[in-house]
Amino acid sequence: MAKTVEGLYYSESHEWVKVEGNVAIVGITDFAQHAMGDLSYVDMPEVDDELEKGEEFGAVESVKAASDLFCPVSGTVVEINEELEDAPELLNVDAFANWIMKVEMSDPSELESLMDAAAYEAMCANE
Amino acid sequence: MEETLLKTCLHDRHVVLGALMSPFAGFDMPIQYTNITEEHNAVRHKAGMFDVSHMGEIFVSGPDADKFVNHVFSNNIEGMEDGKILYGMMLYPNGTTVDDLLVYKEFVPDRYLLVVNASNIAKDYEWLCAQAEGYDVKVVNASDDWGQIALQGPEAEKYAVETLGLDEAAALGFYTYYETEYPGVAEPRMIVSRTGYTGEDGFEIYASHEAILKIWDTLLEAGVVPCGLGCRDTLRFEAGLPLYGHELSDEITPLEAGLGMFAKVKDKADFIGRDALVAQKEAGLARKSVGIELQDKAIPRAGYPVEVNGVQVGVVTTGYRSISTDRSVCVALVDKAYTELGTQVEIRIRKKVFPGIVTKRRFYETNYKK
Repeated sequence: MAKTVEGLYYSESHEWVKVEGNVAIVGITDFAQHAMGDLSYVDMPEVDDELEKGEEFGAVESVKAASDLFCPVSGTVVEINEELEDAPELLNVDAFANWIMKVEMSDPSELESLMDAAAYEAMCANE
Repeated sequence: MEETLLKTCLHDRHVVLGALMSPFAGFDMPIQYTNITEEHNAVRHKAGMFDVSHMGEIFVSGPDADKFVNHVFSNNIEGMEDGKILYGMMLYPNGTTVDDLLVYKEFVPDRYLLVVNASNIAKDYEWLCAQAEGYDVKVVNASDDWGQIALQGPEAEKYAVETLGLDEAAALGFYTYYETEYPGVAEPRMIVSRTGYTGEDGFEIYASHEAILKIWDTLLEAGVVPCGLGCRDTLRFEAGLPLYGHELSDEITPLEAGLGMFAKVKDKADFIGRDALVAQKEAGLARKSVGIELQDKAIPRAGYPVEVNGVQVGVVTTGYRSISTDRSVCVALVDKAYTELGTQVEIRIRKKVFPGIVTKRRFYETNYKK
């Protein structure tokens, strides 16, 4: 079974968010990496990109398919995980230890619309 | 899942092996058993087997069979020897494609086997029946009676001979076949052809469901890797082989797809679609299928736009991060002005555009047995 991590926020489109101060660290969930299979490419945003909540900011790709990534909170990209450019498989190895981008949040109250681990697990169980 | 999916005779085997199953052409088919890359490499370097029982088998027989098949088929079957196989298309009068298929000339007079795409079985059968008016032929859709396994890879011959005891398979040339019987089953007739859809040497084995189950189990036990439709697509794509619905369709002619060599407009005075192809040739093609290689690792996918200076000039029909060459490549249908080898184009992938160069459509050197 796909694992989850307590204390993170989760989106319906299978991103996780870890909050550090005003910064949202964003990645994809274990459920998502498992559903995609072996990842061969991560299409990442660029630093300084301004993203709206729900906006597409990139994609993860397996041999077979591309899956769009959607920004769970509005804000400005302050850092991307360049390690993933050469090693997208890190997301398969540990989806929670390997983040994709860090976003300076413009409206942290948006976090309230995301799910906690238990709610996310319940959603995945129905997929 | 709302729709009722068809199952091949090997469906239970796939489920037991833990395959990821997905709908394809109305069938519940295995996409992968372990992962696409491993299965792809098994076919390139050893041997893999595919359940392709979903493919269609349509038999055409009767006094007018030669004449009729040559009328509906773009390739030329005149003078074709028994046991030979030809690849080609059935075309609409406007030159676009009903389906691409293999035609097997049987070892009895006036009889052919047409092997068609699973997604097109009903359409092809209806098309053939409609065209058969005025011809003394019988068209029989026997797809439900036949299973098919594609045994592919450099070690395919070894497994065919040593594991399955198909001694005569070793002597088969590319695109020929022979018939034999599978022992101890109610319907023993078996067709073994040196054909495939991977760019490697290999065989396609047609037999009754009962025999196909036994063949599958025997090959599995001998160590042949079960391979899903996922790697079937990556393999055929690298080898430059078209897939109906992508490189060919009812909106694409074989000339546009770069498959003119299989549409014999010069050798044959008549076949359905010929006049349209002649006219298209004379007028000059407006668009053509090419390969495109990206410098970046981003992956072009079917449907992505091909652009030049921000203007769309084509569309990707199939694309991958090629497993055998580790390059991001695609086949795209592009305006004729941009089809010269080396032409610089761009592919729009989500929000960004990536530079690419027009190449040949084959990305991998094939290893067919001559």
